[in-house]
Amino acid sequence: MESSAAQPSPGVARLTLDELETPPLSLGQLTWRRFRRHRMAIFGSITLLLMVLYCFGGMMFFSEADANRTDTGARLQAPSRVHPFGTDTIGRDILARTIYGGQISLIIGMTAMLVELVFGISIGALAGYFGGLIDSITMRITEAVLIIPQIFLLLVMAKYFAQSIPNYQFMGRTFSGSVLVIIFVIGITSWPYLARIVRAQFLSVKENDFILAARATGASTRDIIFRHILPNSFAPIIVSATLSVAAAITLEAYISFLGLGVRPPTATWGNMLEGAYNYIDTAWWLWFFPGFFIALTVLSINFLGDGLRDALDPHSRAV
Amino acid sequence: MMASQPILEVRDLRTRFHIAEGIVYAVNGVSFKLNEGETIAVVGESGCGKSVTMMSIMRLIPIPPGEIAQGEALFNGRDLFKLSEAEMEHIRGKEIAMIFQDPMTALNPVLTIGRQLGEPLRVHLGLSKEEIRERSIGLLEQVGIPDPAQRLKDYPHQFSGGQRQRAMIAMALACHPSILIADEPTTALDVTIQAQIVELVQRIRETMNMAVIWITHDLGVVAEMAERVLVMYAGFIVEEALVNDLYGDPRHPYTMALLGALPRIDRRRDRRLRSIPGAPPNLLVEPLGCPFAARCELVFERCRMEMPPLIEVAPNQHRAACWYDLASGQPR
Amino acid sequence: MTRYIIRRLLQAIPLLFLVSLVLFVLMQNMGDPLATMGGRKVTRKEDRERLARQLGLDKPVLVQYIYWLVGNDWTKTDMDGDGVAETPGVRKGVLRGDWGISLVNRQPVTKVIGERLPNTLLLMLTAEGVVLVSALLIGIYSALRQYSLVDNIVTAATFVFYSMPVFFFALLAMYIFSVNFRKWGLPYLPTVGMFEPGAGQTVSQVVWHMVLPVATLSFGFIAGYSRYIRSTMLEALGQDYVRTAKAKGLPRPEVIYVHALKNAALPIVTIVALDLPFLLGGAIVTERIFGWPGMGRLFLDHVSRSDTPVVMGILMMIALAVILFQIIADITYAWLDPRIRYK
Repeated sequence: MESSAAQPSPGVARLTLDELETPPLSLGQLTWRRFRRHRMAIFGSITLLLMVLYCFGGMMFFSEADANRTDTGARLQAPSRVHPFGTDTIGRDILARTIYGGQISLIIGMTAMLVELVFGISIGALAGYFGGLIDSITMRITEAVLIIPQIFLLLVMAKYFAQSIPNYQFMGRTFSGSVLVIIFVIGITSWPYLARIVRAQFLSVKENDFILAARATGASTRDIIFRHILPNSFAPIIVSATLSVAAAITLEAYISFLGLGVRPPTATWGNMLEGAYNYIDTAWWLWFFPGFFIALTVLSINFLGDGLRDALDPHSRAV
Repeated sequence: MMASQPILEVRDLRTRFHIAEGIVYAVNGVSFKLNEGETIAVVGESGCGKSVTMMSIMRLIPIPPGEIAQGEALFNGRDLFKLSEAEMEHIRGKEIAMIFQDPMTALNPVLTIGRQLGEPLRVHLGLSKEEIRERSIGLLEQVGIPDPAQRLKDYPHQFSGGQRQRAMIAMALACHPSILIADEPTTALDVTIQAQIVELVQRIRETMNMAVIWITHDLGVVAEMAERVLVMYAGFIVEEALVNDLYGDPRHPYTMALLGALPRIDRRRDRRLRSIPGAPPNLLVEPLGCPFAARCELVFERCRMEMPPLIEVAPNQHRAACWYDLASGQPR
Repeated sequence: MTRYIIRRLLQAIPLLFLVSLVLFVLMQNMGDPLATMGGRKVTRKEDRERLARQLGLDKPVLVQYIYWLVGNDWTKTDMDGDGVAETPGVRKGVLRGDWGISLVNRQPVTKVIGERLPNTLLLMLTAEGVVLVSALLIGIYSALRQYSLVDNIVTAATFVFYSMPVFFFALLAMYIFSVNFRKWGLPYLPTVGMFEPGAGQTVSQVVWHMVLPVATLSFGFIAGYSRYIRSTMLEALGQDYVRTAKAKGLPRPEVIYVHALKNAALPIVTIVALDLPFLLGGAIVTERIFGWPGMGRLFLDHVSRSDTPVVMGILMMIALAVILFQIIADITYAWLDPRIRYK
């Protein structure tokens, strides 16, 4: 009838609600506990970590020259001991290319997200904080960007900006200038949703009493925006930024796949797929490995974002 | 009236909920009888299992996570817990009707009042469209909604809070049920409207000879409405008595504390509203001993070890569950 | 309501101007439309200059935009390309329904788009139907069996499909249902075009060829929508009015499909209307992979050849569709939800 484990002695058989409650946890601890419970988010984080290890740790085993070395004698070879993922149409090793292509894809995802953050946060903050005319102008611009599906905008802009940007050197490696173009173009077309989120956050947070208090103590507008309102808007921004990385990686793949993305010599998971569908009958390894890496990375990031959303939600009562 | 047949008899009802944190022991062996045409009130603090008891009887507990672990609910001799879902649908709304606490959320916002009012008539009585319309108008009139023919086309948001509760009552009365379960129907309403609703239910009960179970945590309403009172605490019935007996001669420390917490006009002004110290027990722990022990001033060793049975302690079937005999001041 | 619609349309006008201007400027700087005109190379410098003058491409961007917008029949153009504007212009401009002439094949834009639009609409509307039916079935089913094995599998699967890029799904589907099914001697699905050239454009041919593109276009939306429907349905099922409906003794199907679903479906209607034009985005990749002769492929072909009139035509048509569907979403919502009234 009774479970004695929960009841140390018969004298205090009854525990009140207060006695059962755990000592209060800090917000960070609470968030971490909720995140840990989210099995899919943990799976996503681990996979993502492995993916980063693969792309950057792989540099130790394959040089970039390996990834770009063409060998017309070894075109379209199926996976083998020498080429575990096979070779592409001009005999390059697909394993080495997924390593170097993955680097670029991940970097594009991260940096495009940063560009989006800069635009999204500044525009959303301006609109939300100042309101009035600034708000209506920025929100009209936001609507204007949202009126055309992003992929169309991306294709037009990628074509527009990609015309004559030269290759550049960075850390002793040569990168196609189109990498910068793609980062910029994805960032500049992705911010409207984030701007709306930030604006809504600002609108609600700025009505709080602690903002009034800060203003009363003479805090400057800059202080109020950056030290008071913005930190209180972090949760939705972090979630949105996480999901943006996945979106940016997918978008890069779309435009590269359609032939308007990152140009050679730089490999990305996206441009490895370009034209691969022509070999659907004969060389599945051409599209399978880069496609699989994209899908897995995007899935992991989405899991992570979902876990963060649940963990950071202050209304979530689950501990 | 006391001698008449019980229309509903609940025996040793135990309802639990299985949630992530463990098992919630919501109702822990509740037994009571309801006679034909009688009004009983069920009182207790929020979370004491009043609503869960009634929802269990109506089989409206979501299963899972809910579970009716034990017990019988005999309605005219038939155990409701043994009926099929289809048979139960014929009981709900037709034999036993229910009204809820918050009329703002209990009506479907996207269906007209007419549609919602007509549903029990269509499902249970199989009336034609015309008959449904006529009856609906009559019902709205009966609960005091002016211009009923027009209002049938309205949506819930076009009704005031009091009107919505009246519409809910009309819906419950549609098929002349023999039992009406009212789950805190006045809690969400303004004080003046509360009185009107209480009066409305009383009037209808008399004309229709309907038994009423009135759930409330408002002891003031109880005095007006009910003949008998069940006092619930932490999923147990701790006392049961006729209204006057309960008010005049409470036999359970919890009832006494409740009555002490009740503001009354006939008391002296300066007397402060007394609240009961402590919080209700954690329902996640399987009950052992008297649930009120932790807050009881009269507690002694036995209270913590053994749940006192609900036994007759005074005339008129006045029953209480306490190891202490309040009349004599001695432990039993 | 009429006033609301008119106001929304009026608000859209400056938006459309802004968008069209920016896009027009981008397009003008996007490369040399003369390089590949009419499929042949124009190499001689004099020829190029004459051609540019004849087409008005030598004018400043803003002037070109104005010609595109309101036409040039109020001024003189240089029809013979000798550097002297002497012929009255004949273009009426977009505002008067003249979308111009393709720089690539000298066909009117409306004709070029008109040839492709039905193919894309066929694909899109079929996909939308498939999406709605499957998402409703999956979403309601898993909401009614929350936390069951099936629900958990569905939840995980929707997450995977929601995250999967369109091209990867398409390539996998092609590889399995076309390449390998053929290898295994099973009936296999075609991967290219709308029909076998030998068999002609018959209904069965087109339907058979639509299977993979429609699946590709739908899967992501099915995953997203069924997750959404599951959550709105769960929310609705937990509401008090559902409990009331049960307490009235209504049969379970009526409780679920009338009381709960009518509330749960409200936000879905809006989302579907807002997303419909965006299915076109998915259509670009899908049409490219499956060689479907629709708008997405038209867009790709003409963007890469800097064919401003056609590209502008497609983009502005989509922009208009987005705006119209936003208004339609609001109207349906107001129509379905009695609590909302627009003024």
